Order: sequence, then structure tokens, then C-alpha cells
Amino acid sequence: MTWIDWGVLIGKVVIVFAVLLVTVLLVIWMERKVIADFQTRTGPMRAGPRGVFLTLADGLKLFFKEMIHPTNADRWVYRMAPALAVIPGFLAIAVVPFGPSVSIFGRTVGLQLADISVGILWVLAMTSIGVYTVVLAGWSSGSNYPLLGGVRSSAQMVSYEVAMGLALVALIMFSGHLRMSEIVDAQDKVWYVIPQFPAFVVFMICALAEVNRPPFDLAEAESELVAGYHTEYSGISFAMFQLGEYVNTVVAASIVVTLFLGGWRGPWPWEGAWFVVGGLFWFFLKLIAVLYVWILVRGTLPRLRYDRLMNFGWKYLIPFGLFWILATGAIVVLPDTYGRRKGAFLAVGLIVAAWLVGSFMKPVLEGGRPDSHPETQKEPAA
Amino acid sequence: MSDDRERRDLERRDDERPEEERPEEERPVSPVWAVAKGMGTVFKQTFRRDNTEQYPKEIVQPPPRSHIGRHRLNRHENGLEKCIGCELCAYACPADAIWVEGEDNDPAAPVSPGERHAKDYQINYLRCIMCGLCVEACPTRALTLTSYYEMAFTSREDAIWTKEMLLEAPPPLGTDPVDKEGI
Repeated sequence: MTWIDWGVLIGKVVIVFAVLLVTVLLVIWMERKVIADFQTRTGPMRAGPRGVFLTLADGLKLFFKEMIHPTNADRWVYRMAPALAVIPGFLAIAVVPFGPSVSIFGRTVGLQLADISVGILWVLAMTSIGVYTVVLAGWSSGSNYPLLGGVRSSAQMVSYEVAMGLALVALIMFSGHLRMSEIVDAQDKVWYVIPQFPAFVVFMICALAEVNRPPFDLAEAESELVAGYHTEYSGISFAMFQLGEYVNTVVAASIVVTLFLGGWRGPWPWEGAWFVVGGLFWFFLKLIAVLYVWILVRGTLPRLRYDRLMNFGWKYLIPFGLFWILATGAIVVLPDTYGRRKGAFLAVGLIVAAWLVGSFMKPVLEGGRPDSHPETQKEPAA
Repeated sequence: MSDDRERRDLERRDDERPEEERPEEERPVSPVWAVAKGMGTVFKQTFRRDNTEQYPKEIVQPPPRSHIGRHRLNRHENGLEKCIGCELCAYACPADAIWVEGEDNDPAAPVSPGERHAKDYQINYLRCIMCGLCVEACPTRALTLTSYYEMAFTSREDAIWTKEMLLEAPPPLGTDPVDKEGI
């Protein structure tokens, strides 16, 4: 590597870091404005044009406030948890391609920090560190409500990570690539959201649960747990948690865009138009669209009850993920083995058969009632 | 509340009648459809007019006859004060915010019609809870509420309003320099 390569690399690191930070600030502002729209309010209006700088003002305020250590807190873990909340998000964004390759200084440079060969696994590895954040913060605070929040969300995030992994397995089987740039390249004809729609839905739901956003924000359920795992945090460390939450949200949205919505590729008539600018434009447009849907979900759905959350994850999402892996396997393998027509016929037959067996098994597995948690098994009033 | 809803869900599910015979609201709803419908309803709110008032910048006048703000001591048309210093308002006040000191009228130059008038009349707006019981208690309609609500103070002493201040009509909204802070 010459010094030009090093320069390009460092430049990319700085740019990606800065762009993600600015995007997060804007996304927080967007969320507040959109939620305000849903509630016939105007949202922030005072700091900057239509309140754009409110996040900045909030951050500055928190920066200058005191950081309090509770007496019972485990000092080092308590300090480490906020940092752990932010870093994995920034690491995960490294494998997301923002646009096509460009030529600078006679070199072909991808608009992507690191195009590693196991991109998706890297993303999974980084997002699963998010569990430690919540657990460590909850445990080290030495206080009851944070501990409860941490325990709750560790179970939640681990459970939903399984379903998320299953959705990704189906996608990887379908595309045959692990490298992010190859997955984007493979979507030049049709975005994976169409052939892999079930995986897309499962992934969207699980991503919400992974980043602890409403309606899956049981880790910080205000009405039950004060503020959950970050109850004891104040000042800059609290700001780090907020930042980390939104960094993870943006990262999750950009992963959805990359894996299911064709990444930086525009829809068919504008495919490859304006090259780099077009790539960035479509990427961020799709990012905003995904985030808008999540904000809409947040504005609509109430928080799930804990047992229902677990029921939904383990009894619906994971079995469905397994079924969809089977179906994807049939779709991918059978046409190759038996020829297109016969293979497609067999695949459809297998999928229908598996679905039928599953739906017959469902009452048996669930003890005869769709919602069979003992608490809901009350006798109807006579 | 949520138990009720659960029981209703269970009843709905266990209802023996065929779906067509049930009334619309008792038919089972697919959860996916319910969520989609809810999200549609929320999304539609985007196009409604915002209710927010940009308060210190644009002041929306309250309705002219509204009685939501600070008190006012009224006068008769001939200029005499209506207050007769009876202290019924002070007795009625649950927050003990009103201080009245009565005095006999000088027959040569009466302050109010009748025997007595208020020598001093104070309302402490740090205590007042704007319940309006004093207004109900007043036998002569001397004490009423106005629609002036800009009552920010910079010290405890400023929060005590004396008789002279209460006798004057409130200024138009948005003229108090204290309330202009932060624009």
C-alpha cells in the first residue's frame, strides 16, 4: 500500500463516520417531526430552521451535565456500557455499500469502507454486541429497575436474533453471496424484497426488536421500569445511549436497504443514472423510506406485553423462519435438479405440504388455543 | 381493562354463531389487517391541520368571555369599589392565597358603598390554584377572573399582587417583558 491508498482509506473512515453521525442527528429530528405529524403537532420549531438543530442542542446540553455514579454501581462496567452502545453500530456500517465504485487518483474505490467476504456475518456479529450493552448497563447500575430492563431485553434480543438470523439464512441461500457488494450487484434485475418478501417482513420485525425500538422497547418501558437499563445514567453517558440507539436504527435500516431493497441501485428506469450521485440519492431515499415505516409502526402500535413478545418470537417468527428456509431451499435447489418446470412444480408442492403439516401441528403444539399462555386462559364469564 | 378486552377476544373466538350472523363489530378481525388499518389511520393524521400554537411568537386570544386568568377587582359605574372588605373570598380560598384587611368607610369620602371597604387586598399567585372559589364566594361581584394568563415572576415578592394592581384592567397579552424572555 502506498501513501495514496492510506490516504483514501483514512478519508473513507472519516467520511463514513461523519456521514453516519450527521445522518443520526437528522434522523432523530425526522422522527420527532414525523411523530408530531401523526399527532397533529408541529414538533420542534425553535432551534434552527424548523428545529433541525434541536438534536445538537440536546447533545450539547447533555455534554455539559454531570455524570453521576451511583454508590452501588460497578464503576468500570458502568462506564464501559455507554461506549459499547455506540461502537458496534459504527463498526457495522463499515460493510454497507453507499454507492457504486468510483475512480480516484487512478484507483477504483468502492463507496464502502470494507468489502469483507463475510459481510452479513460481520453485521450479525456487531448487532449481537448490542445485547451486552443493555445487560452490562442494567447490571452494573446496581439498581432494581435497570436490572429488570437488562434481564428483559437480553431475553428479547437473543430470541429475536434467532429469527433475524433465520431470515438472513434464507436470503443468503437465495442470493448465494455473503459479500455485501455482491448482494447489491445480484439485485440489478429484481430486488430481493419481491422473491424474499416473507424474509423481508421477518427481518423488518426482528430489526425493530434488535434495536429496542417501539413496540419492542421493553428494555426501557417508561411506564413500567422508569427508564429501564439507562435509568441511572446521566449527562454524556446517557447521550451515548441515545446516540447508540439511533445509530443502531440507522444501521439496521441501511442493512434492510442493502439486502432487500437493492442497496444504492435505483428502480428500473433510473438504473445507474447520474452514477455516484444517483447511487447515494437512491440509498438515502430508501433509507428514509424504511425509517418512515418504522416510525409509523412506533406511532401506531402499543408496547407488547412481555409474554406475548416471547410468544410472538418463538411460536410464530422462528417456526415461520424455518419454514421459509425450507421453502427457499426448495425454490433454489429443485429447479436445478429436476429442470425448470418439474422443479417448480415440486417446489410449490413441497411448500404447500409443509404449510399444511405446520397448520395441522399448530393446535397440537399450542395446546388447542392460539393464545395459550396460562394467564390468558380465563374462563369466559358465564 | 385489559382483562375485559381479553375476555371479549376469547368470547369472540369461541362464539358458536357463523360469522355472517354476527354484527359487524363482533366478527373476528385478522391481526395483520387490524395493524394495517391502525397504521393507515395514524398516517392520515399527517394531513390534518396542526393544533400547535407558536405561543410567544403568535398569541392566540382566548375567547372574550373566558375567565381563565388572573383576578380583577371591579368598580361600580360611579367609580366606587365593589369590594366591601367582607373577607368571604379569603375564607373560601382553599390555598390560603388571599389576604384582606377591612376598614370602616369614611362617610365624607367613601371608598365603597356601605359601611366597610378593603384597606388592603393581596393575592399571592404562588399559592393561588385558579379554582375560582373566591369568585363564587364574593357577594358583590367585586372579584372576577379575567382572561389574562401571562403570570411569570422573577421573585417571590413579584408574585404577590396588591389591591392597586388588581384594580387595574390587565394589559393585552404578550406585553409583559418577563414573558417575552426566550423568544
